[in-house]
Parts: sequence; structure tokens; C-alpha cells
Amino acid sequence: MDKIENNKAWFLVLPVFVIVAISAIIPLMTVVNYAFQDIFSPQDRYWVGTEWFESVLADDDLHGALIRQFVFSFVILLVEIPLGIALALAMPARGWRASLALVLMALPLLIPWNVVGTIWQVFARADIGLGGWLVNALGIPYNYTNDPVAAWLTIVVMDVWHWTPLVVLLCYAGLRAIPDAYYQAAAIDGASAWKVFRYIELPKMRGVLLIAVLLRFMDSFMIYTEPFVVTGGGPGNATTFLSIHLTKIAIGQMDLGPAAAISIIYFLIILTLSFVFYNVMTRMGTGERA
Amino acid sequence: MEALATLIRSMAWTMPVGLFFAGVALLLLVMTGLQFAYPTIERKGFLPMTTTRGDRVFIGLLGAAWIHLAWLALVASPLWWASILAVLWFALVLRFG
Repeated sequence: MDKIENNKAWFLVLPVFVIVAISAIIPLMTVVNYAFQDIFSPQDRYWVGTEWFESVLADDDLHGALIRQFVFSFVILLVEIPLGIALALAMPARGWRASLALVLMALPLLIPWNVVGTIWQVFARADIGLGGWLVNALGIPYNYTNDPVAAWLTIVVMDVWHWTPLVVLLCYAGLRAIPDAYYQAAAIDGASAWKVFRYIELPKMRGVLLIAVLLRFMDSFMIYTEPFVVTGGGPGNATTFLSIHLTKIAIGQMDLGPAAAISIIYFLIILTLSFVFYNVMTRMGTGERA
Repeated sequence: MEALATLIRSMAWTMPVGLFFAGVALLLLVMTGLQFAYPTIERKGFLPMTTTRGDRVFIGLLGAAWIHLAWLALVASPLWWASILAVLWFALVLRFG
């Protein structure tokens, strides 16, 4: 095999390696250290072995937060991916309408997370919020501050509003990259709109859909700011997701050891599921069983 | 230098965790060396997909972590048994995965 290799290229990767080391590897190693110690300060600490893992794994609050987190991510993927594909298919392909649609789609993505939470906290309030008032005026009792179902709906709708545009933009880019020749061949064969979607557009979007599913899964699994601003994890613990539970332990109670143990479990779940998603989606349609 | 010393102090290093990360770093170095000496070839074993050597190491390590966590959550016996099981799993994935 005649393969030319230039190892000097590794030096070009060095800045990225340094940034990743500082922003990811060092904190990860610190968390692993903390997970096995009772930490009062860097100097005042005691080795406790696997005690924190045993206690957090038996903690009902963690089990509840974990179940809520999985349900939330599942619902988000179930809604945002098909909706994103549908909107991308419905968007104009060219002209000023395409530009306008793209700008409108990008707008929610430009708003910071805490501002999104504040907007929806006010908008969905039953007393002064336009959205909450409207739903109640329609005769549907709605108050996210004391009804867990309403709180869940508010957070899901908020996330769909905030992040579906990302799926739309990714799918739109994938759709625009399909050469016209494919559509011409399908027209000659008399293919229906469904068959064009099923056999041309969907397979051609596989790459961008993989990115969309991974990004939306990881982001929704780590969601913190928006539900914290809107519901603060309530009513009760109804919207206490993993990251909110973790913050309560780490910052609220300053239990750094148990918080570190939860962080490691959290990290392992995201790592495992991302690996599974990645493998299933990259092998889908290639003839290899995933 | 002072900043680096503060950073290392704040990481609250302990010997077992240090040895663990040294082991992981050594494993990565060995894997890199092996890749240069004997480039990996994708193969299909008992895992439901084709894997490279690196994939199998990753799956083996991930599985080992889950075995330890499951043991802590479900079994009252000492953790050494989980470690033995994890080593067996790791070897199985590397050889037949």
C-alpha cells in the first residue's frame, strides 16, 4: 500500500488537544477523584472507596430523576425529529422565501437558554402570560406551577420550539445537497412523493439525521437551564431531571462526593447511548446488521 | 508553575485513581503502538457489528464500568468478584468480539 504519511500534521492537532484536555479531561479526572473521597477542601479529604456509588445507586430520588430524564429525551426525539424533517420538506427550496424561512428558523437558536426559560415562564403563566391565559380561556384548566402534566407539557413545548429549528436546518442542508438528477430519475419512473421521500430523501439525509439525533439526545439528556428557570424542578419533583438533581446535590447540599458519583453514572449513560445511536445509525441502510 | 500546582491540588489526586488513569494512558499508548506495528482490520465476532481493535477495547472498558456499577447496585458480595468478571468480559470482547 503506497500511503504517504506526514506526522508533522499531529502538531496542528496539538491546540485542540490542549483545549480538550483543559475543558474535558482534567475536569473528568477531578470528578473521578472526588467520587471516591469525602471532600471538605482539597487538603481536607478522606478516602471512602465505593461508598458514594453504593448510596446514590440505592437513592430513590436518583431513580426518579433518571426515569424522568429518559422519558423526556424519548419524547423530545419522538417529536422533534419527525417534525424537523416535515418542516424541512415543506420549506421553499430557493428564492427570497427560502431565505426568510431560514432566518425565521434560526431565530429561536440565537436566544440564550436562560432567556428562553424566562420567556416561557412568563408566556405560560396562567395569570399574566398570554399562552397560559389563552389555554384557560379555551376552557382547559392549565397551571404549570401546580399541575405536573402542565409543567411537563410546558417544558416539552418550550424545548420543541427552541430546538426543532436545529433539526430543520440540518435536514434542509441534507435535502439541498441531493442532486436534481435523483428527482428527475424518480419523475421518469413515476415515483410518488412518498417513494421519493422513502427511497431518495430519507437515505440521503442519514448523515445529517445522525448528527441531529445525537445532538438532540445529548442536549435533551443534559437539559438544565430551561426547566430550572421555568419550574425549578417542580411542582414537587415532577420536572427534576438528572442535571437539576445533580445540581441540588452538588451546589445545594455541597455533597461533592455523591455528586461526583452521579456525574460518572450520568457520563457513562450518555457515552453508552451515543455509541449505540452512532453505530445503529451509521450501519442503517448499509446492509450491515447493527 | 503556581497555577499548575494549584490545579493539581484542586484535582484531589489519590493513588488508586492515579494508577487507574495511568493504566488508561498506558493502554492508549500500547494501542497506538500496535496500530503502527499491526494496523487493525475490521472483523465480525459475537458482537452485533464489525469492530476494529479500538472499538473492542472501548466496548470492553465500557462494559467493565457497567459490570462494576451493576454489582454495586444489585449484589452485596465484595467488588473483587465484579473486577474478575470485568476482566473476563474484557478478554472475551478483545478475543471474540
